[in-house]
Order: sequence, then structure tokens, then C-alpha cells
Amino acid sequence: MTLTQDGAHSSVDAPAQKRGMNLTLRIWRQKDPSVKGKMVTYKVTDISPDMSFLEMLDVLNEQLIMQGDDPVAFDHDCREGICGMCGVMINGEAHGPQQTTTCQLHMRSFKDGDKIDIEPWRASPFPVIKDLAVDRRAFDRIIQAGGYISVPTGTAPEAHATPVPKKDSDAAFDAATCIGCGACVAACPNASSMLFTAAKVTHLGLLPQGQPERDDRVVNMIAQQDLEGFGGCTNIGECSHACPKGISMETISRLNHDLLGALRAGARPKS
Amino acid sequence: MPLELFTTGEPIADTKAPTDVPIGERWSERRFRGRLVNPANRRKMTIIVVGTGLAGGSAAATLGEAGYKVTSFWYQDSPRRAHSVAAQGGINAAKNYRNDGDSVHRLFYDTVKGGDFRSRENNVHRLAEVSVNIIDQCVAQGVPFAREYGGLLDNRSFGGTQVSRTFYARGQTGQQLLYGAYQALERQIAAGNVEQHARTEMLDLIVVDGRARGIVARDLVTGEISTHFADAVVLATGGYGNVFYLSTNAMGSNATAIWRAHKRGAYFANPCYTQIHPTCIPVKGDYQSKLTLMSESLRNDGRVWVPKERGDDRDPREIPEDERDYYLERIYPSFGNLVPRDIASRQAKNVCDEGRGVGPGGLGVYLDFAEAIERLGRPAVEAKYGNLFDMYAQITGEDPYTVPMRIYPAVHYTMGGLWVDYDLQSSIPGMFVIGEANFSDHGANRLGASALMQGLADGYFVLPATITEYLADGPFEKIDDAHPAAAEALQGVQDQVQKLLTINGTRTPASFHRELGKLMWDLCGMERSEEGLRKALDRIPEIRQEFWTNVKVSGDWHSFNQTLELAGRVADFIELAELMCVDALHRRESCGGHFRAESQTPEGEALRDDDNFAYVAAWEWTPEGQPPVLHQEALEYEYVHLAQRSYK
Repeated sequence: MTLTQDGAHSSVDAPAQKRGMNLTLRIWRQKDPSVKGKMVTYKVTDISPDMSFLEMLDVLNEQLIMQGDDPVAFDHDCREGICGMCGVMINGEAHGPQQTTTCQLHMRSFKDGDKIDIEPWRASPFPVIKDLAVDRRAFDRIIQAGGYISVPTGTAPEAHATPVPKKDSDAAFDAATCIGCGACVAACPNASSMLFTAAKVTHLGLLPQGQPERDDRVVNMIAQQDLEGFGGCTNIGECSHACPKGISMETISRLNHDLLGALRAGARPKS
Repeated sequence: MPLELFTTGEPIADTKAPTDVPIGERWSERRFRGRLVNPANRRKMTIIVVGTGLAGGSAAATLGEAGYKVTSFWYQDSPRRAHSVAAQGGINAAKNYRNDGDSVHRLFYDTVKGGDFRSRENNVHRLAEVSVNIIDQCVAQGVPFAREYGGLLDNRSFGGTQVSRTFYARGQTGQQLLYGAYQALERQIAAGNVEQHARTEMLDLIVVDGRARGIVARDLVTGEISTHFADAVVLATGGYGNVFYLSTNAMGSNATAIWRAHKRGAYFANPCYTQIHPTCIPVKGDYQSKLTLMSESLRNDGRVWVPKERGDDRDPREIPEDERDYYLERIYPSFGNLVPRDIASRQAKNVCDEGRGVGPGGLGVYLDFAEAIERLGRPAVEAKYGNLFDMYAQITGEDPYTVPMRIYPAVHYTMGGLWVDYDLQSSIPGMFVIGEANFSDHGANRLGASALMQGLADGYFVLPATITEYLADGPFEKIDDAHPAAAEALQGVQDQVQKLLTINGTRTPASFHRELGKLMWDLCGMERSEEGLRKALDRIPEIRQEFWTNVKVSGDWHSFNQTLELAGRVADFIELAELMCVDALHRRESCGGHFRAESQTPEGEALRDDDNFAYVAAWEWTPEGQPPVLHQEALEYEYVHLAQRSYK
């Protein structure tokens, strides 16, 4: 909640500054994966505190296009904090100084004269495509390994056939809100995807519908995340701290518990 | 109507719905009469599905499960990003779990009436029928819908209905339903039944001997432009609300796939039917890139008002009660703040036009919770709306617990889309259109929580059942790049991309998009008039002309080039905008989201003209310089009787 963290206030109490901010941006530029990237400095002027961070980058890009320069590539889509497409390191923090998505970070979190470093997610399983855009398809492959319930269309029983205790359903929902943005991986010193995987294991494992595949799911998803080259989890907790949806570390405990149980029961990953 | 704007062609009709049996039997009858494809033959059939939202994701997964070879395309990095993810409120289904008198027939009735009698009865009835299967399917997939303490599913009520039939997952129903479809799709990708093309955009449709046989697509990372062939093509590419530049759509949401299919012969139906949602966060400045919806549920407790005096810029908390105009409560005493979306939006526009709007530019009205906080206490309001209040504070920097929210209408959904028959097949054989991209179920106004229902109905249940009739004649003759139709389409796309890069003018694609959007919002938005639409139709060709001579696109085509992507989309928005204005001008009546200033009741409400306009306007593309051709599909109401809506 921003009201206390960044001293935001109503425009009625204190009308927003009329004059915008002048900022120095240092942005990672890398034409494609085959070349080396570097930080390049840009200036933007008259930035409104009401702009979102990505709208500030839009302003920069409009300038760059008009100068005949290559605009900065960055991923974004819904710009309302739910699609998970955006995400950059801002002054070394995933999604910047607030626990939100980059698109929901607003320039009122910065002040006139600030220098802002902007970099892509840094993790070898997320190779850079260009500038700030990275390839996160490794996450989809982790889902492919078992992040689903096998129920072909048309085979479902009546929805009320199986009641689900409200507390389980609510906890499953909390885990299911993960948007797959990758901030957890970017924030983790080990570049571990454990929070992402644990969120899905928790979501489906808490529901009665998810029980038949529960053991296979956890061993296969873990095997796939290892295969992708994500690091091991050492329970540091940076992931949960950076997560814009506040996915809890409890999901990781739950995954470890499920994994141990599955291995004891003889579950082994598909080759 | 002057001849130069359009010409009228042959009427068009849906011939697939079996109207010789009662409406409640038509869907099962259609499935029985339609031919099937046996499992061994399915393996020989390829189906292209473009888009991975609720409709495209569920269709690709279901067709993959059925054994077809599916090729799936999406422009984002992952299918989980499709903009269905942002839907907040819920999904309707006629389960009647509340025992409150709901039924398939009532959902059918509410939807036809809510659509202001401009939708097709047969399609809507089928939608209501399959709604119950959707909930079963999603629960089985693990979608964590809200539940009650007994462990059963919770429901809430939504606008335009008197029953509680909306299933929801807090304010993130679209996200959870999409992840269900996404996971089903990823399972099929892993099983080898669906081939994936991430970050790939469809740029043309390949039509061979009158049949849709493939697409031309550009890999947005490498820039490679290539052809893809199939026995059938399914478009699930969403709506075209971004014509208006500012909307609640995602930044990448675009009309390119449906527009280029339209230019290959697919009729475009009712393009002027757009939904303007009344409760969005107002525009802050010229840099604004998109608008954010605040759930309609806020109108249950918030009171909408503006100052009685024009130009009253006092702190809202200092304006005494008797100097406030709670205009919805005043004009509509029986429905008050809970009037339908189209009406709430238009009245907000009216008070702002009078100079009584609030906030920057005078384009906003207050949505005030002071009375609710006093009545219920702050903790109760927090429990009900906390996440929405947080979102508002995050975006505006204002605290809605102490200062009234400011809201303003914004473009949210498009009811129009490519014309389809009962089988969801377009006017090009072999091309099917599902979800928001088609036109069929919502008429001139969509009810809340019905978009998710339609997307999943089309993708999980309707298309997989109806496409077999077409595929029963397949597999069709193999074609490749050497085929003249494929070569011509490929060359056309390459030429266009090259042209965009060589103009090297003085304006960015975004600047054209902003100009077009403002024009459409002003002249083809909440209220349309003959004069305004004619002005727009004079101006749009000028914008198009300037775009093609003065746009500046940096970079090259054979790399990741987001400016080039946008330029292509803006070019299509400009052409589509012109057709929207022609459609809006020709429809000299008000219905649902289409309000013509010239067609209103003495009280200023929308006035339909059923004698002259009870039809679907299906537009045929003609080469540049020639006016589009109108094909009318007459709408007949056998089961729901035409009536004027009233909310006074």
C-alpha cells in the first residue's frame, strides 16, 4: 500500500507539483543476444509524478524515435498489474522500490534529479532478447512438466460434486495469483525459480481435484526447473519480498514437504 | 444516405441453426446433424488457432485433446498473458445454485434484452445452455472460485439481472479462468498435440479457392515473415477497443488479424457497437497510455455526484450537500447509481459537457464512499473493496477513504466483430472466429460477466463441436509457398513492412494512434451524431494519407522492433475506424452502446427503431476508393418480445 510507504497524498491536500522532474536514466542496451550490452545514459525532462514508470519510458522512446535512434525495447502489455509481461530491475530491485509490478510503479516514487539504473532480469534461464526484454519461456516449460490437472474438456463432473473447504480454497487462490513475471528469479541471488514452482504446486495441491497427480507434479516440475538451469533455493526470501502478488514463502515449505513425501512414495521424474 | 458512403448488397442469413425444432433443442440437434471426423482422420488435419485468451486458449487445448494437429500463435511471450487475464468481475452461469428462479431460459432472456435486441436468439440460447458446463470444467481444472464456508461455490449478482448467477475469484476471475485454459494448453503442447509460436503475429490470411488455408505471420523476435498452412483457421484475437487509443485493453491488443481477414473477404458485423464502461480512473495527462477499470461493483455503495454549479473547483469535502447533484439518483430514482453501463456512462458525459465535471480537464465525476463509510464503518468497506481502493491509490496517489474517487467512462469492450454463422464460421469457408473477435452473442450491449462466459463457451464447447462439419470434407489439398495465393499474401506483407520502414517521416506511430483515438472518442464515442460522424469521415482519410506519407519507424524488419509492430497495427486501426463511422452513421437509431443524438426519447433515453434497424449490419470490404457493401441479416425474435428498456 503506497499511502504510507512513499508519502503519497491526495492532490487535494497538496496539489501535485506543476513542474515535472528531470531525471538521469542509465539503461541496459543490448541489440540482440549475440552482442555485448552496456549501460547508456539518457536524460528525460519534465516528468510528471503521476506518470507510470513505463509511461516515462514511452516519453523517452518517442524522443529516441524522433532523433532517429533505436527506442529501448521493453516488455509490457496490460499495464494494470495482472498480465505479468513487464518487469525490469530498477536501481537493483526487481520492479523497483515498491512491491508492485513495474507498470504500477509511478514516478511519484522518485524525485527531481534522481539517477535511475534500469536493467533486464538477470538470470541465465531468462536470456536477453533485446535491451530490457528477456525470454521467460522456461516458466511455461515448468508448467508443461506438471502444472495442470489432467481433465479433458467435457469430462468434468458437476461442480458441486466435491465441496472444497473455504480455507483450502482461499489458500489455493492466494498461491494461484502468481502472474509469472519472473521477479522472484531476478531477485534471488541463486536465480532460483522456486517461488514460481511452489506457487503452482501449492495452488493445485490444496484442491481435491489436484490430488491424483500431486506426487508426479512436484517431482516433474522440480526436475524441469533444474533442467532449465535455475539455481537452488536456499530460503533467503528475496523472492517473496520482490513478488508483486505477495506469494508467501510458505508455498516453498509446502513444496518441500510434498517433494519429500513424493520421493518417499517412489515418485520419480519422467526421463 | 448519400450513395458514396456505402452500397447495399444481398441479404445474408445464418443457415446452420436448425430452426425447425424448438430453440431449446437446436444446439443438440445441430450437433447430431453435423458430420463428425473419426479419430484416425483427426490426426491428418491441421488447425491454426490465433490468440490464446479464454477463447483461443480453450479452443487450442480442446482441439489438441480431440486429436487434431493444432498450431497456436500469440504475440506475447507466454499464452498466460492474453488480456482475458485482466477481467475482474466474474462469469455468469445458469446453475441456479441460489434457488432464486434462475434457469437457462432466464439467462437467455436477460442476455437478449441486455443486448437491446440486437443479438441472434439461437446463439444466445446456446450460450446460456453451455454456461453450466463451463463452471464444471473450470472447477475440475482447479480454478479457485470463491466458496462459502460449507465448501460450495459462492455467487454474486451483477448489473442487468435479478438473480445471483455470477461465479467469481475475488477481483481476478479472468486471470484464474485463463490460467485454467493456459494449463490445459501447456499440457497439450507437452503432449505434442499443439505446436507453439510465441511472440508471433498474424499479418494476413491465405485464401485458396475460396477457403481459408493458412496465415502469414511475423516472428516478432527474429522478424522472419513466413507462411503457415492448415485445413482450417480459427481467429481468437479479441476486440478492437484500442481504435480509441485509450481503453482498458492491453497495449498490444489489436485488430490486425480480424481486419486483414476482413480485407480477404470476411464480413465485419456491427463495428459501431462498442461498450464504454462508466467506472474507470480518469485521464491524467497527454502521456497517458491506457485506462484502468474500477469494478462495477463499486456502484453498489458509492454515490455518484458532481457540483451543482459549473466550474466549482472547491475541495469536494467542502461542498455542502445541498450544492451537490447526485444526478443518477435524481434522474433514475428506482435504479439510482445501479443503472446499466451505457446509461451511467452517457450521463457522466452529459454533466461534464455542461462544465460540471471535476478533476484535471473537467473530465471526471465523484464516486463518493463517505456515506458508506459512515453507515458500514471503514473496516467493512475495506473488506469489500480494499483491493480496488489500493489500486486506485497506487495509480492516482489519492486516498479514496478520505477523498471521493474520481471516475470517468472508458472504452472497454467491442460487441461488433467478424460475422459468423451458428457454427462460428465466418463468410470465408474454413475460417472460424471465436470470443470477442466475433459479433454474435451480445447484440448492442454486453452484460457484466458475460464476456468470460462467451469466450469459454466458444472455445471449450461450441467450436470443437461445429468445426467437424467443415473438416469432414478434409483434409484438403496440400499447398505450399509456391501456390500463387500464398506467394501473393507473403509478398504483400513483406511490401507493407518495407514501406513502413522507408517512409521516414516526422511523426511517430503513437502520435497517429493518439490523434485517431481522440477523434473517435469525440465523434464516435458515447454519443454519435450525423454531423460529428461526417466530420470524422472527412478527417480519417486525411489521417490515413498523412500516416502513409509521414510516419517515422526506426530500425529494421529483421529484428525485435516494437515500433514497427505498432505502426502496422495503427495502419489497420485507421481503416477500421472509418468503417466504424460508416456503420454508426448508417444506423440511424440508438441501441445499447450505440447512442445517436438524433434518436432519443423526450427524456433523453436511447430510442431504438425496430422497423428499420432490427438487423445485423455485415460489411463487405471493397478495394480502396470504393464504398463498403452492406449485407443485412434480419433479426427475428421468436421467444423474447421486443420491448423498450426503462430504468426510471
